This record gives sequence, C-alpha cells and structure tokens, in this order.
Amino acid sequence: MSTHTEDAAHVGATPVTFAKVWIVLLILTGVEVLLAYEQVPTMIMLTILVGLSIIKAALIIAYFMHLKFEKLSLFLTLFPMLIFCIVLMLIFLGDATRIPNMRPPV
Amino acid sequence: MSSQVSVAARPSVWDGGQSPYATNSKKFGMWLFIISDSLTFSALLFAYTYSRVTNPDWPKPFDFTPAIIFSTVMTFCLLSSSLTMVMAVNAMNHGNRKATAGWILATMVGGGGFVVLHLSEWLKLINVEHVTAFDNPWGVPLFGGTFFALTGLHMTHVIIGLIYLAIMGQGVMRGKFKAEDVEVSGLYWHFVDLVWMFIFPLVYLMSARVG
Repeated sequence: MSTHTEDAAHVGATPVTFAKVWIVLLILTGVEVLLAYEQVPTMIMLTILVGLSIIKAALIIAYFMHLKFEKLSLFLTLFPMLIFCIVLMLIFLGDATRIPNMRPPV
Repeated sequence: MSSQVSVAARPSVWDGGQSPYATNSKKFGMWLFIISDSLTFSALLFAYTYSRVTNPDWPKPFDFTPAIIFSTVMTFCLLSSSLTMVMAVNAMNHGNRKATAGWILATMVGGGGFVVLHLSEWLKLINVEHVTAFDNPWGVPLFGGTFFALTGLHMTHVIIGLIYLAIMGQGVMRGKFKAEDVEVSGLYWHFVDLVWMFIFPLVYLMSARVG
C-alpha cells in the first residue's frame, strides 16, 4: 500500500537543518530586540517587526511544522483562506486611526 | 481520442477512498485546529493594535532593562523548546522511544521556564506597577484588558501544551503512542511558539522604553 512510501517521505530534514533554522530564528529575534533598543520611529519599526515576524513564522511552519515536506494541496487548503481572513481584519484600521481625531475636546 | 480515455482512466487522489493530503486524520485535524486558533489570536492581536492606535497616550510600560531582556529570555526558552520538540519527533520517527521521552522532557523544561518567567512578570506588573485588567496608573484601562487577554490566552495554550506533552512523554515511555502522535503534539507546540513570535514584537518590543 501507499503507507510505505509515506514513511520515506517523512524524513525531509535532518537535525542539522533544524539547528540551522533555530539559529536563524535566534538571529532574527536578536535583530528585533536591537531595533527596540535603537528606538526606531514607530511606523518603520512596526513594518520591520511585522516583516521579520512573518519570516520567522514561515520558517517555523515550513521546517518545524514540516509543511515544506507535505503535499502542496495541504498548504493550498489551509493557508490562502487564513491569510485572506487575517487581511480582512485590516478593514477596521481606518476607523482605528480616525477615532483619536473624533474625540470631543476635554 | 485515445489520449482522452487514458486521462479519464488515470486514478486521482480526489476520487475518494484515500487521503488526498497524504497525512493521517489526526494530523489534518490538528492543522484545522491550528488554523482556527490562529484566527482567534490574530483577532486579539488586531484588537490590541487598534486599541493602541485609538489611544495616543498608550503607555510604554516595558523598560529595556529588565523587562525587555526578561521577555527576550522567555522567547529564547520557547524557541529552544521548539528545537527540542522537533528533535523528539525526529527521534520518534527513528523508533528511539527513550530519546523521544528525553527530548519531550527538555521541551517541557523550556515551556515550564517560559510560564514561570511570564507569571513572575505578570505579578510584577500587578503588584509593583499596579496594572490590572481594568485599571492602571497611566489612565488607559484598555492596556491592561488587551494585554492580559492576549498574553493570558497564550499562557493558557502553553500550560495546556505542557499537560499534553506530559501525557505524551509518559505514554511514549510506556510504549503507547506512534510516531505520528508525537508529530501531532509537536505541531501544537510549534504553533504556541509561532504565536509568541507575533506577541513578543507587537506587545513588548513596540512598548520598549530605553533610558
């Protein structure tokens, strides 16, 4: 049956790969902490932090959570809708930025 | 014509009777849970961010030393526990149950360290800085509400993960679970780590106070 071939496909990455991914994640975290120490302007800081976090999340999902070595159909079933739903939450960003200007003067 | 016939006759994984994702059902179920749970967490992260944007006087309660250094150590604990978890899955795939239990124990030490550090940080915020879920000295009650909801839900996930791993660890020692069961618990643990990779920069680093 096909279960035998599945076992062979399971060995996708070696402990050396995992250690390398771990080191990259630590370095990216270090860069983030350095940015916080340097007190970068808020919007630049937010953009870089979110960007680095997405890279870190992608590394964790691809290697630690093994998704890189799964079938493409699993990725296509799970992630496009997740990304779409998260992006939908940005709809309220405009309202959030307007509220401070709509406060009655104290 | 003959090519059309051969296309129609070729069996597809989508015809039914086999797993089109080539995974077992437990793993697929855990993936579905992870996707829905990540929507919960992203909703809370968006709630935190929007509350922050609507309040120009949002506090920056985290001094670089010690609070940011402290939470960096917590991040290190969680990241390293992810590495040991992946080693546990690797050992179980090679049929080495003793090594698997050892790696799971190491993962629990990392996760336990995270919870202890996180709780001591909570207690410092509550007892020293007088921040509660409803009030704080800076007059922005939403800070406490969103902060404790977000980090509290994450800490709950870590504690549930520790219980899950404890069950897996002792089961593996007694020869109970299969390799895919450890892999499924690993998926959950990596997800907890992944969520922290967003909470740490957005909640802690964005509120860092230097000097």
